[in-house]
Amino acid sequence: MESRLAPAREGAGDDLPDAPTGLWREAWRRLLRNRVAVIAGLYILLITLAATFAPLVTPYERDAPDFDHTRAAPSIEHPFGTDPLGRDVLTRIIYGGRVSLGVAFVGALTSMAIGLTYGAVSGYLGGWVDDLMMRFVDVMYGFPMLLFIILTMLVIPPNSGTGLIMVGLFAAIGLVSWPGMARLVRGQFLSLREQDFVVAARALGAKPVRIITRYLIPNSLGPIIVALTLSIPSLILTESTLSFIGLGVKNPVPSWGGMLADGWRAMRADPHLAVFPALAITVTMLAFNFFGDGLRDALDPTLRGRG
Amino acid sequence: MLAFIVNRLLRSIIVLFLVSVVTFTFMQLVPGGPFSADAGGRPRSPEVQAKLEAQYGLDRPPVEQYLTYMTGLLTRFDLGPSLRQKDFSVNELMFGTNFWADPLHVPVTVSAQVGLLSFTLAVLVGIPLGVIAAAYRNRLPDYAATLAATLGISIPNFVLGLMLILIFALGLGWLPVYGWGDNWKQTILPVVTLGTGGMAFIARLTRASLLETLGADYVRTARAKGLRENAVLFRHALRNALIPVVTVLGPLLAAWLTGTFLVEHVFAIPGIGRFFVTAVFDRDYSLIMAAILLYSVVLVLANLAVDITYGFLDPRIRFD
Repeated sequence: MESRLAPAREGAGDDLPDAPTGLWREAWRRLLRNRVAVIAGLYILLITLAATFAPLVTPYERDAPDFDHTRAAPSIEHPFGTDPLGRDVLTRIIYGGRVSLGVAFVGALTSMAIGLTYGAVSGYLGGWVDDLMMRFVDVMYGFPMLLFIILTMLVIPPNSGTGLIMVGLFAAIGLVSWPGMARLVRGQFLSLREQDFVVAARALGAKPVRIITRYLIPNSLGPIIVALTLSIPSLILTESTLSFIGLGVKNPVPSWGGMLADGWRAMRADPHLAVFPALAITVTMLAFNFFGDGLRDALDPTLRGRG
Repeated sequence: MLAFIVNRLLRSIIVLFLVSVVTFTFMQLVPGGPFSADAGGRPRSPEVQAKLEAQYGLDRPPVEQYLTYMTGLLTRFDLGPSLRQKDFSVNELMFGTNFWADPLHVPVTVSAQVGLLSFTLAVLVGIPLGVIAAAYRNRLPDYAATLAATLGISIPNFVLGLMLILIFALGLGWLPVYGWGDNWKQTILPVVTLGTGGMAFIARLTRASLLETLGADYVRTARAKGLRENAVLFRHALRNALIPVVTVLGPLLAAWLTGTFLVEHVFAIPGIGRFFVTAVFDRDYSLIMAAILLYSVVLVLANLAVDITYGFLDPRIRFD
């Protein structure tokens, strides 16, 4: 891996007594030494796997009602209790992770794809093109984000199936949240493109696409990955907010925000119906924030412990 | 300085113009319209729809609609009639029916109060928390502050709001569950709910930025000439460290001053946050436009305030 990244920023491992190793292997070792980040990473891995293989790991059917055990408090059979239809809350939270995590992951990747391309072009070309493209980013920032997402979601007809709603969520989130990534990438590119190794590559006749993909992107990858990881909690929040408002997937398909909105109405009688979805959202956001912080410290040791 | 402000405001007018054009175009493109269903949600016949659209001028060509709207706004500050809330103009929905009689209890100012109080709380607690964390880097106060801040950015404000209501309103009965403007006790839960996330965000940013400046050469110089640590921290490092913090305060202030849907929803606060959601669902075009323009104008002014603050923090930044 390190050879492919040969023009990586120098000096990344200089402060370590070990034999010279690649930037990424060094970062990986630093990450493994950060206990909080490792635990957060394992939690993320665990819930992602559980949500992906939900039918294999859940003890009950997602929508199977059990009218003998409605609104049951947490117990051994139902660790998170059951809802007013007797459906197992734990099972539904695991399935809900498919929507909440799926929207966050794909939304983050969509927004990265748009932001990376936009920022790359803007930062690489510079000059008036950059000026014009950044003015457009300013205009994008001029919109209230939630309103803009809802406006985009209206393109999806009401009563659509889960698949179409999910696509709508990816698209809305991607279309609205890319300007941050675009600014980050542009800033990275602007500072990198004047550095000697890029100038040398250009002097040797490398084409712009090659310079961008082989030199500029690999050297900006650290900040991009960190920004991507730290954007996921805010997208989980966005998805939950949309579901809470009623713009997410429709019953009986569960999502954490939707379950919280339902449970909230019965808050006083059955607090477990609101508490566990709320915990799912909060703990997952916390894990991504801890993991993102750990990733940043690992990828850029000069920043260790910041932020 | 004055020239700088005028120049910035002129450039902002272009941004505001583009925002209004994009919003208007987007509303034309989104399927459905304000009159496709009646108040009970039943679909209306095409004839009735056409009649209502004609009544509100929605049958005119888009450019003409836009110009009519803008003329009304710029000459009379008329935001047009609400398309869904019969008998109400958008001005009335946002500024109340008689703004000057009681300017503090109309939707716009109620939201602004919630936002301003939350913002003050976030800044007054967030910045000191970040400073403490940076000053005690990798020691107990740092770990405690960083943990609190990471928790703070990870808990969605509607979850925090529900928790606070459960504990302090329903459980202990110390504070009211909902409302705004009747007595001061109503302000505490909404302001803590909204302020916590921003506070945590500001604390993290302050810490990161201050740690970076503490490693700078001029800080080493200040220490080398024998200044006490407090003087180094507050007089030399903090001023510069606050620049990135102040940068994010502009958009934060703008977002909060113009109302927060979920917080206002959870605490039943009669502000304008709901318009940012309900108007879109209703396709209430004039209300959507008003909400977006209000946000953009406040954002422009907040960012201008940010730029002016830069000059106080770093005298090297000049406005010419």
